[in-house]
Amino acid sequence: MSYEDHEIEVEIKNAQGLHMRPALQIVELAGEFNSSITVSNEKESADAKSIMQMMKMLTTYGNKLKFSAAGHDAPKALEEIRKLVEERLFDEPPGKPLERASKD
Amino acid sequence: MEIRKGIGVSSGVAIARCMVVDSTDYRIPRRSILNSQRGREILRVRKAFASAIRELSSLTSNKTLEESKIKDIFAVHTRFLRDKSFRKRIRDFIDKEQVTAEYAVSAILREIASHFEGIDDPYISERAADIYDIERRLLKQLLGKVKEDVEHLRDEVVIVAHDLTPTQTASFNRTFVKGFATEAGGRTSHTAIISKTMGLPAVVALGDLTSALSAESMVIIDGNRGVVVIDPDEETLRQYRHYAQQVSLFVHQLDELKDKPAETKDGVKIQLLGNIEFPEESAIVREKGGEGIGLYRTEFLYLYGGAEPTEEDHYQAYAEAVKVFPHEPVVIRTMDLGADKMPHTIARDPEANPVLGLRSIRYCLQNLGLFKMQLRAILRASVLGDVRVMFPLITNLQELRQAKMILRDVMEDLDEFAVPYNAKMPVGIMIETPSSALTANHLAPESDFFSIGTNDLIQYTLAVDRSNQHVSTLFSAAEPAIVRILRSVIHDAGKAGIGLSVCGEVASDPEYIMLLLGMGVRTLSLASPMIPEIKKIIRSVHIEDCNMLARRVATLDSQRQIKNLLRDTAGQILPDAF
Repeated sequence: MSYEDHEIEVEIKNAQGLHMRPALQIVELAGEFNSSITVSNEKESADAKSIMQMMKMLTTYGNKLKFSAAGHDAPKALEEIRKLVEERLFDEPPGKPLERASKD
Repeated sequence: MEIRKGIGVSSGVAIARCMVVDSTDYRIPRRSILNSQRGREILRVRKAFASAIRELSSLTSNKTLEESKIKDIFAVHTRFLRDKSFRKRIRDFIDKEQVTAEYAVSAILREIASHFEGIDDPYISERAADIYDIERRLLKQLLGKVKEDVEHLRDEVVIVAHDLTPTQTASFNRTFVKGFATEAGGRTSHTAIISKTMGLPAVVALGDLTSALSAESMVIIDGNRGVVVIDPDEETLRQYRHYAQQVSLFVHQLDELKDKPAETKDGVKIQLLGNIEFPEESAIVREKGGEGIGLYRTEFLYLYGGAEPTEEDHYQAYAEAVKVFPHEPVVIRTMDLGADKMPHTIARDPEANPVLGLRSIRYCLQNLGLFKMQLRAILRASVLGDVRVMFPLITNLQELRQAKMILRDVMEDLDEFAVPYNAKMPVGIMIETPSSALTANHLAPESDFFSIGTNDLIQYTLAVDRSNQHVSTLFSAAEPAIVRILRSVIHDAGKAGIGLSVCGEVASDPEYIMLLLGMGVRTLSLASPMIPEIKKIIRSVHIEDCNMLARRVATLDSQRQIKNLLRDTAGQILPDAF
């Protein structure tokens, strides 16, 4: 079994960014794989299978996230994640984010 | 066996197994558990999680829940509840710290929430709200189960809590709940007020208590001495059982006085009325032999209704109280709260000194909408019996005149809509400030009656905060200044020929009854459980002895001398009561 650390970088392309629903989708997808999967940015990192930790990684359109995985199904896991984020766009509309509603 | 001292706020003795209760209205207190209870607490957590998940799933499958955003949020919450590392964190906390399920859930979730709140990005820090929501949901399960247990009691218990809300206290089944002990609270906290009304022994301000208790602890509540005994030994238990018997015998004897008149031995009739906070209490006043309501404190409508009370809420409450006493006086006092205590007001600049600030009648005169609504309800209820209205915290004639003018305005409004009311409804005032006491002769001609609120009058006159433990011993009705000020008010009322009652705690203090009678008081209003005992005292004295006592007290110049004289005299006349 090859246990190398695999790593990819993805860009958030859907208009509303990585909010709770997409975060949940990542957690559920990551849970289907055996490998340990970590997501990180410049400041934080989190276990992609834990919704509590994923909360820290919420981010807006245009930002990038690094996913790394270790385990025998690591390459497949990362590929599926990449498809979810950059091809399916979490099944959400793409494009520039709408102006965030001003706080009342 | 452990003995803890607190403040006894309601007399009597209760001996029973303890039942510890928390509430979401207060921060979940840290409560320790025994080693052997850890498994049980962990199981409770597991069940709470399972119930919470079920609740979320039924909420999301609810067809009316169109909003997909909410579904998304609940889906995330469910995922939280399924997160293994989260559950493990709580389990480990219980194991290591030996605390209750409620505390562990609250502590861990708040830790997580504060972690989110600490992150700069508002997108993320706002997620803390989700964490608090999950905390609430879990606590609801945990506490809800306890609430159920309390609702389905089968044995006698004594309720122990950090603090109790009136809603909780009101929901206790009196057949099984025999007493209360709280860690927080004071003499005038609602636990004190409500336990007195329910006639159940209670001790408050015990500090840390729950950590000394186990699930099966036997507890003795001694409301007379303000003591709580945990897991009493044989001897202590025996002594208290004997004591409890004597107390209940005494109470039983008192109950037999119910239909006898409150008359001195030489035939002077004293009117005994009851103080109430909730309309339900009027029935208890009647049960205890009270002849009407001398003080209906209406604040509870504002504090504990949940939503802001409507005119109809007011009216219904008053009508219920009057129903019990359709021919006897029912004195309704307009609201006595400050902005700081009103749960529904918009936050304004906090007052440095709310007790001396915008509260009570002053607040009402600056918030006419609220004031008029209450007055309308009182006027409408005035056709149902002998209803009288009373204004609190009056300090001068102008205030009284203003309030009466507003009352007249409200009467005119009712006339416009042909709503019936008693146009001759008596209007009285509380004398509870030095200024109104000193100018009582000005106020008397424009009031139909006075009611002396000794609690506040003593505080303001002696400049003492009775709830401040450092100076609370300075608070005493036996101070010559208080005796003098009472004398003066009683005299002015007598001269103007208006009714006068005393409605503060002094009226329920056995040691002061003779003095009050001797000074000329003929109407007392007090909390219902004490009515029988005060009646017994009245029936045991001669008015001439009371008059003599009052004359002697007037010559004394120290609180201690006066207190000793009162005590000695009482002891001679009523050896068994004292």
